[in-house]
Amino acid sequence: MTSQVKEPFQWHGKVERNISILAVCAFLAVTIGGLVEVAPLFYLDNTIEKVDGVRPYTPLEQAGRDIYVREGCYLCHSQMIRPFRDEVERYGHYSLAAESMYDHPFQWGSERTGPDLARVGGKYSDAWHVQHLSNPQSVVPESIMPSYAFLAQTPLSAGEGGTMVPEMKALKMVGVPYTDDQIANADKDLKAQASDSAGDLLSRYPKAQYRSFSGQPGKVTEMDALVAYLQVLGTMVDVESASAQEKLAQEKGR
Amino acid sequence: MVNLTARAGIWLVLFLLAGIAVVYAGDTAFAIQMGTVAAACLVGLLVTVRGGDYSALARGFKQAPDNSVYYDDVIRWGVIATVFWGMAGFLVGLVIALQLAYPQLDFAPYFNFGRMRPLHTSAVIFAFGGNAQILAAFYIVQRTCRTRLAFPALARFVFWGYQLFIVLAATGYLLGITQGKEYAEPEWYVDIWLTIVWVSFILVYIATIMKRKEPHIYVANWFFLSFMLTIAMLHLVQNAAIPVSFLGSRSISAAGGVQGAMIQWWYGHNAVGFFLTTGFLGMMYYFVPKQAQRPIYSYRLSIIHFWALIFLYIWAGPHHLHYTALPDWAQTLGMVFSVMLWMPSWGGMINGLMTLNGAWDKLRTDPILKMFVMSLAFYGMSTFEGPMMSIKSVNSLSHYTNWTIGHVHSGALGWNGMVTFGMLYYLAPRLWNRERLYSLRMVNWHFWTATMGIVIYASSMWVAGIMQGLMWREYGADGYLVNSFADTVAAMHPEYVFRAFGGLLFLSGACIMTYNIWMTIAGKQRDEEPLYSPPFNPAADRPLVAAVTSAA
Repeated sequence: MTSQVKEPFQWHGKVERNISILAVCAFLAVTIGGLVEVAPLFYLDNTIEKVDGVRPYTPLEQAGRDIYVREGCYLCHSQMIRPFRDEVERYGHYSLAAESMYDHPFQWGSERTGPDLARVGGKYSDAWHVQHLSNPQSVVPESIMPSYAFLAQTPLSAGEGGTMVPEMKALKMVGVPYTDDQIANADKDLKAQASDSAGDLLSRYPKAQYRSFSGQPGKVTEMDALVAYLQVLGTMVDVESASAQEKLAQEKGR
Repeated sequence: MVNLTARAGIWLVLFLLAGIAVVYAGDTAFAIQMGTVAAACLVGLLVTVRGGDYSALARGFKQAPDNSVYYDDVIRWGVIATVFWGMAGFLVGLVIALQLAYPQLDFAPYFNFGRMRPLHTSAVIFAFGGNAQILAAFYIVQRTCRTRLAFPALARFVFWGYQLFIVLAATGYLLGITQGKEYAEPEWYVDIWLTIVWVSFILVYIATIMKRKEPHIYVANWFFLSFMLTIAMLHLVQNAAIPVSFLGSRSISAAGGVQGAMIQWWYGHNAVGFFLTTGFLGMMYYFVPKQAQRPIYSYRLSIIHFWALIFLYIWAGPHHLHYTALPDWAQTLGMVFSVMLWMPSWGGMINGLMTLNGAWDKLRTDPILKMFVMSLAFYGMSTFEGPMMSIKSVNSLSHYTNWTIGHVHSGALGWNGMVTFGMLYYLAPRLWNRERLYSLRMVNWHFWTATMGIVIYASSMWVAGIMQGLMWREYGADGYLVNSFADTVAAMHPEYVFRAFGGLLFLSGACIMTYNIWMTIAGKQRDEEPLYSPPFNPAADRPLVAAVTSAA
């Protein structure tokens, strides 16, 4: 006769007595968020759209990027300018998704122990970069950056076994649109970009800069590669062009 | 005998394979790594052939027979490994803190900040935190299921395999081997190795639960289970990569750009959510009630906060990417779920703290319980701070600054550190059959040095972070930015020094713990005053009314 009061959460007894149910439920619970947030990024327009000027890195720039990753530069320098007045004035136009679309891995960073580098390309001379990397405090007395003088002494042994070909093939497999021509000529292009004669580098990488970046002509060191990478950062998209400026004027926050 | 030969044969084959990899390695760093693997195989081979009773060795100098119903060898090793890696991680942390204050301490190329920082984060999160959770999972699952650990040999493999993972990762960073993704720096071959170890870990754990003698699976095990499964999922997706060569150390990450960023912080934030929260909550759910000798406050609360916590945590990642090129909707989702996450987080804190109902007086006499309570307090503090920082307008100031570093450390040092220390103090005398710890007073000293260290660390980073954020965005009356970036770096110097001092205090506390646990294992007891003894005054020991008898 007495109406039995149903204990709340009685159903949970079933879950916590069966490891299979518990494990499946726990796993399902943690999959949903990731699916909703990650999956759409692979097909939504504004995350995969291409922007004029963005091209894959040249072999020398990619080799420089590998050094940037190896030395953990991303732990102190971000590469992601947010759309705030002070950041845009300090570092340049805010970063676009397309500008890092060929970055495997991305290097947006999470901390600014040092300044943002998303648009550092072209802001300083090669000589400044070489001096700064070799002895940071000699050009910025307040700097707490370590010295990277050894880069100028280390000959560049790009990629695996001294060739960029396997690395560029791997990059192509994950979606970086290198042509067969670019891959076949990778090592030639690498040497050409670090010299004063471009050869046919520019036919494969339009507007690529070429010169002895480390100021040691005839040698290709890790310093050449890193400076070549730093000098291309943020320069591929012409944000000062009239069309880009018009777009910027229309955009309201983000 | 056949078994022995087979085992020795496997070690020999692995040794030879690693040796071949050394010879044909594409780069020097890979050769050194494979040399490390070969050395590990050689040690395995020697141990197998010589058949030494190393388990007995780990049980301590005074031999204690293993007549327990539980398999605890691997847990004893885990205690030693946790203390060792903790000391290593804290020490490297102090060194890199000093490098930021005094850049002369960078020694290129191997000991530059950029290579040392992953060493610190991995040593603390994966080596110290990982070992602590593996040992806690193995200890707790046996006690709460009242059964012996399944597959003891596989459990030993999990332990030693995990140590090899740590050694490969750590030496790799100094050699410049990294994927370049925060908290997922180890390269492809180390990732594959960790996958094998982790799957074995899950197997041992689930098999133990399956042969349990209790009908119910205790709440601590829910947390450990979700920790293991989620970390497996995160690890596989985040580390999807194509090796440049199978005889070289480098790989190309499958995802890049925006997608890579989103996956990174989906992984990265849940390294916090699952590697540094759910496993440690599992620890809390066992050791706090044990030490307080009170049952868990609320069963219902534990159900609600468990499911809410694991469901909500996974969404929080995008708050690391506010105002970036990640689409707005994803940022907003990340923020909303991060704010909601505050509630289940505090559910865990409340359930832990309220467990002390009726036992609060023990805080006067029991420094181990004090550590657990302080860890829960820091858990509550940082799980309030986190949601606050995930709000976009707050984040616009705090992002990229040292406020984030302070936030992480109040969680890692305060919550993860303190709860692990409490567990180690709880376990050391029990695992080595000692009557008590070497010294409770030393635990008290550890408690206070660590607490002071965390407070100094966190507050210096709050000041530093808010100062950085404000200086970067400061405009003068003339409409120009007031500070150059170099100005803000110079202004950070005193805060960096304070932070290093806080870290030094925390490390000193850990040194005290190392000595205390060492002496406990050695079977010594320090002759000391008890922590709390009410003074006895014989003169006051008399009836309040003096002249009762004379009245008659």
